[in-house]
Amino acid sequence: MNPEELEDLREENERLEAERARIARDGHHLNGAELHARLDRTWRRQPGLIGWLATVDHKEIGRRYIVTALIFLALGGVLSLIMRLQLARPDGHVVGAARYNELFTMHGSTMMFLFAVPIMEGVAVYIIPLMVGTRSTAFPRLNSYSYYMYLFGGLMLWVAFAFNIAPDIGWFAYTPLSGPQFSPGKRADIWAQMITFTEVSALAAAVVLVCTILKARAPGMTLSRMPLFAWAMLVVALMIIFAMPSIALCSGMLISDRLVGTQFYNHYEHGDALLWQHLFWFFGHPEVYIIFLPATGFVSVITEAFCRRPIFAYPVVVLAIISTGILAFGLWVHHMFATGLPRVGYSFYTAASMTVAIPTGLQIFCWLATMWDGRPRFQVPMLYVVGFIVTFVIGGLSGVIIAAVPLDLQLHDTYFIVAHFHYVLIGGAVFPLLGILTYWFPKITGRMMSETLGKIGFWILFLGFQLTFFPMHFAGLLGMPRRVYTYPAGMGLELPNLLSTIGAFAVATAVLLFVINGVVSYFRGALATDNPWDASSLEWATSSPPPSYNFEHIPVVASRTPLWDEKGDLPVVTGLRVDDKETLLTTVVAAIPDVREPVPEASIWPFVAACATGVFFVSSIFSPWAVPFGGIPTAIAMAAWFWPSSLKRTAEPVIA
Amino acid sequence: MIRPVRFTDDLAHLPTHKFGPSSLTWWGIIGYMVVEGGFFALAFAAYFFLMGHEQGWPPEGWAAPDLLWGSLFTIIILLSEIPNTMIKRAAHAYDVQAIRRLMPMIVAAGAVLLIIRGVEFNALNVRWNDNAYGSIIWALLLLHTIHILTDWGDTIVLWALMMTPVGYEGRRLVDTDENALYWRYVWLLWIPIYLMIYWVPRL
Amino acid sequence: MMRGSGKAAASLPLLLCGCSIQHYQSTFGNAAEEARQFNTLFVIFLIVCAVMYAFVIAFLIGSIVRRRRASEANVFETGRHHATNPAMQTGLMVWGGVIGTGLIALAIASFFADRSMAQAAAHEKLSITVTANQWWWDFQYNSADVSKTLRTSNEIHLPVGVPVRIILHSNDVIHSFWVPSLAGKQDLIPGRENDISITPTKVGLYRGQCAEYCGTQHANMAFVVQVEPYADFIKWWEQGLAPARAPNAVLAKAGYQYVTTRECAMCHAIAGTTASATVGPDLTHFASNRSIAAGTLPMNQANIRRWVDDPQGVKPGTKMPKVPLAPNDLKAVVAYLETLK
Repeated sequence: MNPEELEDLREENERLEAERARIARDGHHLNGAELHARLDRTWRRQPGLIGWLATVDHKEIGRRYIVTALIFLALGGVLSLIMRLQLARPDGHVVGAARYNELFTMHGSTMMFLFAVPIMEGVAVYIIPLMVGTRSTAFPRLNSYSYYMYLFGGLMLWVAFAFNIAPDIGWFAYTPLSGPQFSPGKRADIWAQMITFTEVSALAAAVVLVCTILKARAPGMTLSRMPLFAWAMLVVALMIIFAMPSIALCSGMLISDRLVGTQFYNHYEHGDALLWQHLFWFFGHPEVYIIFLPATGFVSVITEAFCRRPIFAYPVVVLAIISTGILAFGLWVHHMFATGLPRVGYSFYTAASMTVAIPTGLQIFCWLATMWDGRPRFQVPMLYVVGFIVTFVIGGLSGVIIAAVPLDLQLHDTYFIVAHFHYVLIGGAVFPLLGILTYWFPKITGRMMSETLGKIGFWILFLGFQLTFFPMHFAGLLGMPRRVYTYPAGMGLELPNLLSTIGAFAVATAVLLFVINGVVSYFRGALATDNPWDASSLEWATSSPPPSYNFEHIPVVASRTPLWDEKGDLPVVTGLRVDDKETLLTTVVAAIPDVREPVPEASIWPFVAACATGVFFVSSIFSPWAVPFGGIPTAIAMAAWFWPSSLKRTAEPVIA
Repeated sequence: MIRPVRFTDDLAHLPTHKFGPSSLTWWGIIGYMVVEGGFFALAFAAYFFLMGHEQGWPPEGWAAPDLLWGSLFTIIILLSEIPNTMIKRAAHAYDVQAIRRLMPMIVAAGAVLLIIRGVEFNALNVRWNDNAYGSIIWALLLLHTIHILTDWGDTIVLWALMMTPVGYEGRRLVDTDENALYWRYVWLLWIPIYLMIYWVPRL
Repeated sequence: MMRGSGKAAASLPLLLCGCSIQHYQSTFGNAAEEARQFNTLFVIFLIVCAVMYAFVIAFLIGSIVRRRRASEANVFETGRHHATNPAMQTGLMVWGGVIGTGLIALAIASFFADRSMAQAAAHEKLSITVTANQWWWDFQYNSADVSKTLRTSNEIHLPVGVPVRIILHSNDVIHSFWVPSLAGKQDLIPGRENDISITPTKVGLYRGQCAEYCGTQHANMAFVVQVEPYADFIKWWEQGLAPARAPNAVLAKAGYQYVTTRECAMCHAIAGTTASATVGPDLTHFASNRSIAAGTLPMNQANIRRWVDDPQGVKPGTKMPKVPLAPNDLKAVVAYLETLK
């Protein structure tokens, strides 16, 4: 560098230093209505279609996730009604064998990949920044990309269904049935590529959540003061990071077996069909805890608010969540007890599968102890918590039963298993989910849901659920295997199946009532205050719905229940920029203020990159040349994503 | 905010960038390193799972991959750590000029490595569709190639950015530091893959 | 098509036993050592789980009922929201202990049941090799004397009280061998050999079904197990070894001609004739089976005709192609097949 350039640089630095001193920041000099106006101008979404596509506001992205996931819930639910109609009587002729096989594949895949995990992510993406007292998630553009990838993956699967090339290999796609020899055509490829979309999306959202929870918490919110839902999502996001690569790998290997002739699963050429099962279930078992653990977070949130006291034995609950997350990775072989692996190895997985019941059992005690010590109010969210306890524990106990190898060998692949997992997934995840959507509805929309309609819906759902799934335990014991489009008369299966079908329609009615309640309340519900439930966590310290910037000033916390413990004014920190997007990073454990972090501006590039990736993924089903030719536009879109919109230096960094 | 507030500390003095775990992108990169590491760990597990079925590895009738190109690749990628470390140090020292000089070396190294990689594929002595052994070693090599390719792309974009005026911004130097960190990960991960492709079949 | 086959499949179990639920495909069938052990263990687990559930519900109901005594609550309105009942902490540890103890007890019970089932495997006197195909079952009774091996399809006989080792192979995808009245299931995985041991204890007719999703007609892949006294079993085996008799009747003779020289012989074997392909089920004693196409249709003349005329219509996707048969040929073939007892 020559002396002139050095001089220019020095002058530039001085100019920037002077500018920096003049930057407007929140605090004594700037607060109240004027602060609100300027912050809103900085943070609010730009108008128009481009503004809508380009938004990186976590609240917007969270709402999209939730609405999209509920649509997939409805679609998957309709499929289950058709299946139940077919099974209502022996020798049904509502649909034939081939179509039925598509239905259960679509139902399972939609519920697991397009509803359950995304809705948990969506709720987390919406509420976590508010709950931990920050203005944005980490990596908001990545967050946006992850939503679009999820949407495109779901669309691909359902468009394939509309075009009659839906997969029919089951949601678990065992090889060699799903391989090139026994599943010709593109159905299995559609399934495998849907996995790629949703797993890229989920991994991105997981990285976003981990970084947000670890680095963006309010000052004073040490790890031991963090709300239990944040703990649950931290563990879940880490589980996604460790589990999802497994299904990405095995589905990638399946696509390559089918498309370019690799031999991973072909035993004639030194491959192994069981390789699929190990890799799939290494993901598949943690997956169900990825769905369940956020729900335990929901239960903690609701129980605390509606029992008017913090959860009993917070450290025990935290350790229970963490140990469940870790143990979940050591259970997968219990899905393979009938495959003929060495029996002594199986005993380990029986023991581990039973052990995982202990932390969950302890959490249940803690929730019940909170109810015992507190003053429970049984409004709709709390009803769902009670329904959860009554229902989920049955599922957990049927899980203990099938953890035993001799019992599993009779019950595996029968309707007993179908009963078990619906008890734990609907009882254990959907009930708390409906409770939490009711609870956070005022925060998200600014209005209250109808309490009456909510109570009616709860009872129809709770009773309808029992009617649908309890008889399935008997159907399994009476010899009904899974994934059968019909069954013979005279085996005693008529009654349980008929009851299940009737119950299914009750469940559908209840879900419909919930949706109607949501839609009507959105337009005509009672207006909500900032804290209608008088709850303790930070999301209730701002308005309902929150302003685009979440908090006028970043709050400071000194306890686990800040809004209950701060009697007077709420302590806040000051000094963040007002005319550019900025938030605060704190240290990981002690939450000491560390860095002022610019928050990326809205950008269309995540959407464009998702489109490019989508084209890349879909076309690679049809030809391996899509890999180089689809990869290049994706790479260009991602480079444009990172490239700054201006190459001029600014006084303080702006990510635009 | 609805409740009245009480101002405590003013944080205007805090920096807008820091190196290492204080940087948000550091955590993002670590997150993706864990994702990719997990992906590779499972691929290694699949490799040993398939190997466990065999009497011989490679299976009878196939030769182990030629050592030359893979070993050459390994030597060059390990050598590339020298300019890489220099770049990392320059980033911490806010020495933009040094970074502008050194980054082309990494880009050049990456190009050479990708060319060698192309030759390596041809020297594996088995095709991806011959058998599961061929499939898994092609898969390992392909996954690592994608790793190199994406990091090479990242490095080129970053180099271009460092050549502009914004290269002087503190956050860009943090990016440079983290990019160097990621390059380390790419060659660290190569070592077990190299052993599994080229040496385990020779045991 | 669907209607007919369904109704027929429905009547198959009725045909077999002449009454309603008979637990011929049910874990309550309790007709073998293994099934009995399952039932005992299941009851133990049920009792322990029911007790645990009762604890949870009692605690829940207590919490709900207790709330009426509002003044005692440790809630934030009273400022005592961080206080907690010390008995509750003890309760937590006791609860953890109870769960742990219960699970250990169950794990031990499971271990013992598992071990005793494995021990049974050491005493087998009979061995059958099963090869599963999409969507039918190929059984071969193994014998030291090769001339005495017996091949059957979709139906087996077992002697009561005799442990049998069933060796499990698959020709295509993963299936699962499951006769709930007798034992738990075991998968048949291509490229691997699994096995299962069964010691039937009750004479009777039992139904099994494939229990691993294996493609379009997974629901129509059933098989029948006849458990009978040892002497009857030996007689059945010996009769089974006899080749098919050449028919006398004109129509059946014409059918014999067709079956052994035309399309049928490309896939099927009939002992004592030139038809010896093993792609499809062995037809030597076809007419003695209780059902056609692995439980899809009950065995009777009308159904034989339906099946031979249009297998794809009865069981869409089945590997047996529709062979266009002239009406006379069809009559002849059916007449011949009926003689294969």
